[in-house]
Amino acid sequence: MTKLELHKLNVKSLKFSDKTFFADGVLNVNKSELLSIIAEDPLLGKNLDVDLAMPGEKVRIMPVKDVIEPRYKIEGKGQIFPGMLSDVESVGEGKTLVLSGCAVLTAGKLVRFQEGIIDMSGPGAEFTPYSKTCNVVLVLEPSDPEMDKHDYEKACRMAGLKAAAYLAKSCADSKADKVEEYEFANIREAMNNYPELPKVGYLYMLQTQGLLHDTYLYGVDVKRILPTLISPLEVMDGAIVSGNCVSACDKNSTYSHQNNPVIADMLKRHGKDFNFVGCIVTNENVTLADKKRSSSYATKLAAMLGLDGVVITEEGFGNPDADLIMNCWKAERLGIKTALLTDEYAGQDGASQSLADSCPEGNACVTAGNANEVIVLPPMEKVIGYAHEANVIAGGWNGSLADDGTITVELQAITGATSELGFTKLGAYTL
Amino acid sequence: MAFKVVHYINQFYAGIGGEEKADYKPEIREGVVGPGMALKGAFKGEAEIVATVICGDSYFASNMDEATKTILDMIRKYNPDVFIAGPAFNAGRYGTACGAMCAAVAKEFNIPVISGMYPENPGVEMYKKFAWIIETPDSAAGMRKAVPAMAAFALKVLKGESIGKPEAEGYIERGIRKNMFYEKLAAERCVDMFVSKLKGEAFETEYKMPVFDRVPPQPAVKDMAHATIALVTSGGICPKGNPDHIEASSASKFGEYDISGVMDLTSEKYCTAHGGYDATYADQDADRVLPVDVLRDLEREGKIGKLHEKFYATVGNGTAVANAKKFGAAIVDKLVADGVTAVILTST
Repeated sequence: MTKLELHKLNVKSLKFSDKTFFADGVLNVNKSELLSIIAEDPLLGKNLDVDLAMPGEKVRIMPVKDVIEPRYKIEGKGQIFPGMLSDVESVGEGKTLVLSGCAVLTAGKLVRFQEGIIDMSGPGAEFTPYSKTCNVVLVLEPSDPEMDKHDYEKACRMAGLKAAAYLAKSCADSKADKVEEYEFANIREAMNNYPELPKVGYLYMLQTQGLLHDTYLYGVDVKRILPTLISPLEVMDGAIVSGNCVSACDKNSTYSHQNNPVIADMLKRHGKDFNFVGCIVTNENVTLADKKRSSSYATKLAAMLGLDGVVITEEGFGNPDADLIMNCWKAERLGIKTALLTDEYAGQDGASQSLADSCPEGNACVTAGNANEVIVLPPMEKVIGYAHEANVIAGGWNGSLADDGTITVELQAITGATSELGFTKLGAYTL
Repeated sequence: MAFKVVHYINQFYAGIGGEEKADYKPEIREGVVGPGMALKGAFKGEAEIVATVICGDSYFASNMDEATKTILDMIRKYNPDVFIAGPAFNAGRYGTACGAMCAAVAKEFNIPVISGMYPENPGVEMYKKFAWIIETPDSAAGMRKAVPAMAAFALKVLKGESIGKPEAEGYIERGIRKNMFYEKLAAERCVDMFVSKLKGEAFETEYKMPVFDRVPPQPAVKDMAHATIALVTSGGICPKGNPDHIEASSASKFGEYDISGVMDLTSEKYCTAHGGYDATYADQDADRVLPVDVLRDLEREGKIGKLHEKFYATVGNGTAVANAKKFGAAIVDKLVADGVTAVILTST
């Protein structure tokens, strides 16, 4: 049995200050200290900035790469984001401080035309979970515009993680507003627990298709792993980090991994509706051989654990639909029941088929909405970043940005809008 | 002011005659004719039928394009807020005409279009994507049920009220996906459904898995040495700068690019417009996605007759199947017209 406590400070507001600390719901941010930490990276340029964006403000942030919740381990083995920021030690036990309600956003001159939009108010704000968080926005640029894009992606990714860890670390002495306790049984205990309940797992698919489509597990590029087991508590400690953001609507931000709502709900129902034995992480590589290997291996692990069922979440769409479907029918044919969580690309008119692959076994499918649906985002008083990216962003088109600042795009351009971890209430139905 | 309605009916319901008058040419009359009376009553003054189009079923079936055009021209000056056709119950040709006119009116005037049919009417399958079709009984005996339902639905649409699921609203499922906010997070809905499935309880999937349109491959080319081979890609390869502005995702178009004399796609002149994969390597050398260099080698070696002088490219990323199908059909027409023997399709 492992135990993890999340010590949550409820961040209700942000302000710049001489010192980074938390008091009375306010996260005070020492801008120059934060900037000096991210500026250590020679791959980042000289004109870095930090800005603050609060829920309800008439602010648009774009393009956005990743969203990260500030966390820092105050007790127990290892440190947050193992293998990325800290040494490669297993995490998921002890105590972790969380700046709840706060997020670090990486934005600015980003890697390519694939990042997302976050509006802090107006119609767009309803679709992104990150309009409700108090956002510390890192405005980044490369030191050399011709730099290899993979190197620059890494620099942006690391800047976000460093900033998140720095903010939480700076508040480590504050007393938590709320402590949440989580426990997770080892396999031997799990096999004996709740004999009357079905044994279930979570098959956690991670996007791994290359630049801006990669995910990291303990610092390892997930496209190079065989499917493996992980405890939900490790996920809360940042064992899974996002390196991707295209199309931004359905890529799992680091924040959504840290707060994975499928894991949260399965933990809540553990011991009541089922016996939650563990998570299997798998990848979504581009070659057929990899798809076959990973789906066979992941479902084999589920069978080795004697699972009766798995919840499967996809990340992305199109090509990964093939991975989702292989995972589904392979599990079902091993006698393991599945429920699928995906999103849809049914065309702007909603009249096309939503998935690129299908199987009759996929009869329990929840979707986080049609990402092709078009939304009009009225102009904002302030844009952090570059509005003209709307014309090339995934989900936009030449002309998406109007002269007055109005942006007309598909929902796929909005960060987290159709999260396939099920982080929003959006869904779709058939007219 | 009341909403303006144009109503479409056939020769039979206009009282002109049965099968012997089915070749009756399109006509428009101001005001209400036939079942329009019942519609008018059901509108209770909130909407007014400003004109009624009458057309013989056989005439429409035999002269669809012309009849459609004539009727659209007749309707134009009435500037309607909604177009209502039928109800056609289980009358096949009438249902088809109602559906076709609904689709044409929606496209031309961008207004809501409503019909009423029995679910097995062939017009349903053909036109449900384009129109709201209220489910009716199979014969005119159901008029008293069909008309109030159609009128109530029309008013709802006209007032901009949100339209619920088919069974709740009484229309036939159109197969169009529409977003909505649910009470619960998608994650919670998924775990709920999972638990129901585990327990063997009833559950309703949020998305019924589609059945695919599979295309069997053509037989192998026998004489490659004299074949003209074309390259077509969904990998987004285009001249540098993406002159046609093909979208990074959800493409609305494809590009046609001349490669006569081009032996190799260099990074100075070509790139990808695609936003759904790591584009670094395609930008470095677009031949990796669209192998012009290798085909030039084969051409020189005499293994193929020649490489077609144009290639076609779009972006497959997040692109609706309906668009992809349309691009495919248009590209094939061009390839066939240019005498291309076979095509190599590359994706990403």
